[in-house]
Amino acid sequence: MIEKGAQSARDKPTTRGKVRLREHVMGWFFVGPFGIVFLALLIAPLAYALYLSLFQKKLIGGTSFVFLDNYVKAFTDPSFLSGSWFVIRFSLVSIPLQIIIALAMALILDAVTSLFARFSRLMIFLPYAIPTVIGAVMWGFLYSRSFGPLSDLFSLFGATPPDFLGSSLIFYGLVNIVTWQWAGYYMIILYAALQGIDPALYEAARMDGAGKWQIALRIKIPLIAPALLLILVFSLIGTLQFFNEPQILRSLAAGTIGPDFTPNMYAYQQAFALANFNYGSAISFALGGIVFVGVYAFLFFTRKRRSFL
Amino acid sequence: MNKNRLLAAAAVLAAATALTACSSGGGGGGATATSGSGASNCTNTIPKKDLPVVTMWGWYPNMQLVVDNFNKQNAEVQVCWTNVGQGSDEYDKFQTAISAGTGAPDVIMIEMDRIPTFQIQNALVDIKQHGFDAVKADYSEGAWKDVSVGGAVYGVPVDGGPMAMIYRKDLFEKYDITPPKTWAEYEQAAQKMKDAGGPAFGDFAANVSALTMALQIQKGAAPFTYDPAQRSSIGVKLNDQASKDVLEYWGGLAKKGLVGTQDQFTPEYISGVINGKYATYISAAWAPGYLTGAGVGKGEDIGKFAVAPLPQWDPANPVQVNWGGSAFSVTSQAKNPELAAKVAYGLYADKESLTHGWTNQIIFPLNLKALNDPEFVNLKVAFFDGQQANKEVYVPAANAYQGVTYSPFGQYYFDAMTKQVSALIEGSVTGAQAADLVQEDVAKYAKEQGFTVQ
Repeated sequence: MIEKGAQSARDKPTTRGKVRLREHVMGWFFVGPFGIVFLALLIAPLAYALYLSLFQKKLIGGTSFVFLDNYVKAFTDPSFLSGSWFVIRFSLVSIPLQIIIALAMALILDAVTSLFARFSRLMIFLPYAIPTVIGAVMWGFLYSRSFGPLSDLFSLFGATPPDFLGSSLIFYGLVNIVTWQWAGYYMIILYAALQGIDPALYEAARMDGAGKWQIALRIKIPLIAPALLLILVFSLIGTLQFFNEPQILRSLAAGTIGPDFTPNMYAYQQAFALANFNYGSAISFALGGIVFVGVYAFLFFTRKRRSFL
Repeated sequence: MNKNRLLAAAAVLAAATALTACSSGGGGGGATATSGSGASNCTNTIPKKDLPVVTMWGWYPNMQLVVDNFNKQNAEVQVCWTNVGQGSDEYDKFQTAISAGTGAPDVIMIEMDRIPTFQIQNALVDIKQHGFDAVKADYSEGAWKDVSVGGAVYGVPVDGGPMAMIYRKDLFEKYDITPPKTWAEYEQAAQKMKDAGGPAFGDFAANVSALTMALQIQKGAAPFTYDPAQRSSIGVKLNDQASKDVLEYWGGLAKKGLVGTQDQFTPEYISGVINGKYATYISAAWAPGYLTGAGVGKGEDIGKFAVAPLPQWDPANPVQVNWGGSAFSVTSQAKNPELAAKVAYGLYADKESLTHGWTNQIIFPLNLKALNDPEFVNLKVAFFDGQQANKEVYVPAANAYQGVTYSPFGQYYFDAMTKQVSALIEGSVTGAQAADLVQEDVAKYAKEQGFTVQ
């Protein structure tokens, strides 16, 4: 009996090894397609762009290896710096605004259960379902001072409408478009997180004498903190890469929105309009660096909260 | 009012569809099929499928008809045409195709001011050895000069952009104004209209650098001196007195509220033109086609427009200038340059296509067969309420045009200008400062690009 047992125990490793090997092969087989796509469409282009960013191409004199010169140039280039400063300022205003609105709506929709709430949820989410490009064109029309509804609204009071496509208000015009587009999406994420909370907690809180406000502030918000953190990171990355909306509005307000309005637009301009793929790549990587530093700093300062994740 | 708003909304929608078309169509037109019926991305259908096919990009409003005419008449080659976007949309795609080394069409429509930009990258073919002599006499010396770099010819001239002053007859009558002949009179008339409570007299926009450049050249500026025999050396003079004066002049008009500052080619501007928000529109001979395409000159404002020669600085020595104007070039990616050149020469050269172009005032032809046609010269243009615009204004302007030297970094120059004119409109710089800043910016870029700047 004992011998038999020892025998089988000795056998086991080899069969297990075979199974493990087969599992390995099967695993690679399943992961393979993803791996190939991942390498071909993500890693390879990134590596190629990084390679490109180390060269400089001139109209006269051709291409030469310049190592990090493009990066040195980027971080002393007023166009890149002012664009970066713009997206940072934009993040500071638009992200809190989006999150506050999304959180408020999610809490309200979580508190009321009626047919109207379900309808509202759909309507608030709707802007996210509209392609960014269409949304931006639509807002361009709404902002128009000569044929948009703003002009009607303001002419009722005999006033001239504000010029949201002008240089002084374009910032807020864009904040509005971005908030309109994304707040509903974030609201859905937060709402889903709220739905995942055990209702027994609310009952316990009520028995302890907590009101609706206290439940919201002391139970709901802390419990959905991971979701909040998630959307904060998403929106930070998205905003630093700001491109679609200003690029579309450019065709309506080229004087206000220059080709170097945001770093991404500047990279696009360098690569596709000025044929400077090298510098365009360098700007993209420099922006990637800023995004990385921004997100890392953010996660560092909120690291206590991360225990919720 | 309501109908106008609809028109404007339609224009916005059109812009939107154009944008989506661009983003989805991408490099779609790039399939350079030179044999058989392999070209699958054509906007047009190819009638003679067994002939070799030449691909082309272009954006003229009546391109479809022109391509159909050509294909129907030609027994040797067929054209596969794609509209990949207007102006810089097309250039961006072409630029990408140049860098990639593949994806460009065989023949491409480009504005003459961009020819040096693509020539310096060896993206265009000198068509002189491909049947140039047979068509040489069809175009004026000046037309050939604009498409040449040094001794080589990089395009077949198609349309020109002699400039003039389009104005609203109804507004001029209402405020008792006669078309100004000089820029001084233009300002006086603008003041008169403003004092009487009238609309803006014109528009000074940041996004039309080519127009601003033309107006500076009219005053005597010579932005670039460039001899392709010495490729690495270029003269950049964007802040001479003439350039400064013109920026000061228009900046002053804007500051005094005499002209609007709306970006042009936008639905906002078009709706303004429709609603009589601007009394004049300083533009080129292609403008009526562009305006009618955008819905102007129909319905309520039919017959309200007229045209007068461009105001002058010195009426004793008038100077005529150009805005836009384009050519068909053969790209260096063309599989069969000989065949591609045949297409470039032949498109927009048959009587039917030319006639359609000028009767609708869509293009101002550079082909002498059309320019010397009495029917063309005496045409009573419907958009201008039957005015003989060609005879009175455009043909003399085109004949007096001297030609200009363009730079190989046109896009950068125009962007720099847009930036500074925008600042000028806002009031953060003066016209003279704006010119100095443009000079500094462009000269720095030229040096970065390896040029010796004089």
